[in-house]
Amino acid sequence: MAHYRIEIRVTPRPGILDPQGKAIHHSLQNLGWTAVDDVRVGKAIHVEMEAESEESARSEAEAMCRKLLANPVTEDFEVYQVEEA
Amino acid sequence: MRVAVLTFPGSNCDYDLYQAVKQVGGEPVWRWHRDRGLEGMDAVLLPGGFSYGDYLRAGAIARFSPIMEDVRAFAEQGGPVVGICNGFQILCEAGLLPGALIRNESLRFQSEDCLLRVERTDTVFTSDYAPGQVLRIPLAHAEGNYRADRETLDRLEGEGLVLFRYVDESGEVVREANPNGSLNNIAGIVNPAGNVMGMMPHPERAMETLLGSADGLGVFTSLLASLATAG
Repeated sequence: MAHYRIEIRVTPRPGILDPQGKAIHHSLQNLGWTAVDDVRVGKAIHVEMEAESEESARSEAEAMCRKLLANPVTEDFEVYQVEEA
Repeated sequence: MRVAVLTFPGSNCDYDLYQAVKQVGGEPVWRWHRDRGLEGMDAVLLPGGFSYGDYLRAGAIARFSPIMEDVRAFAEQGGPVVGICNGFQILCEAGLLPGALIRNESLRFQSEDCLLRVERTDTVFTSDYAPGQVLRIPLAHAEGNYRADRETLDRLEGEGLVLFRYVDESGEVVREANPNGSLNNIAGIVNPAGNVMGMMPHPERAMETLLGSADGLGVFTSLLASLATAG
């Protein structure tokens, strides 16, 4: 068993309205970043866990996303990083 | 008629629901989220509020409460289940109703009266209303923006599963009447079997003319009447 630090990213699915991203986009434009085309806001979820291997840590993290961490109707997820700690 | 009123940590409309059931002559029964068993219950109500502080997503954690396994079994046997506000969010997260409720388009917590059109009166939740009747009912939420993929939305509309829609004074579905950005002004839906209903506005807060509106009564009188017939 080893200890793993996992970073999971959950983001609104393409085509799903992201009111937070929209508001931030607006604000950035008001602050002079007129080149900004789009802003989307998601979540980064950091999980620390014991696992047999990097592979099993990753597959556990994916299972967590499917069951709880992301809602497939509105969100995509990515197990962005798995590193032994 | 025994009606279970569930309470999750963070529920805050459970007493209103309890009172609403009593007002229409039902026997409300408390069920804590960790309780098990819904034997002897004729209907189950999931209240509004902020279960688990709306952490992660509204309703996402409450849906795994022990009592929810019993709610699922109860619903699968055809028992009537109503989720209001956070209760609706929990039912969607649990997959008992399709779609999801995301942040209001305004980004604000909306707390105001809204006008709802009753889209169907042949359900156990709406039989005491007139077709197309416009109700004045309060809403109070930050995540009431109903979303579903195109296929699901087509099915909802095609099969007449939308029960309530946000409308203007004349009963028209217009953008200005939509408080949260919901697709097709959807405020409440029912499952294809017709026994699981979710809605964002609060009928249990519109039970007394003296307090502004009694337009919510119909949801509870309809339900109780159907239970009396079924029993």
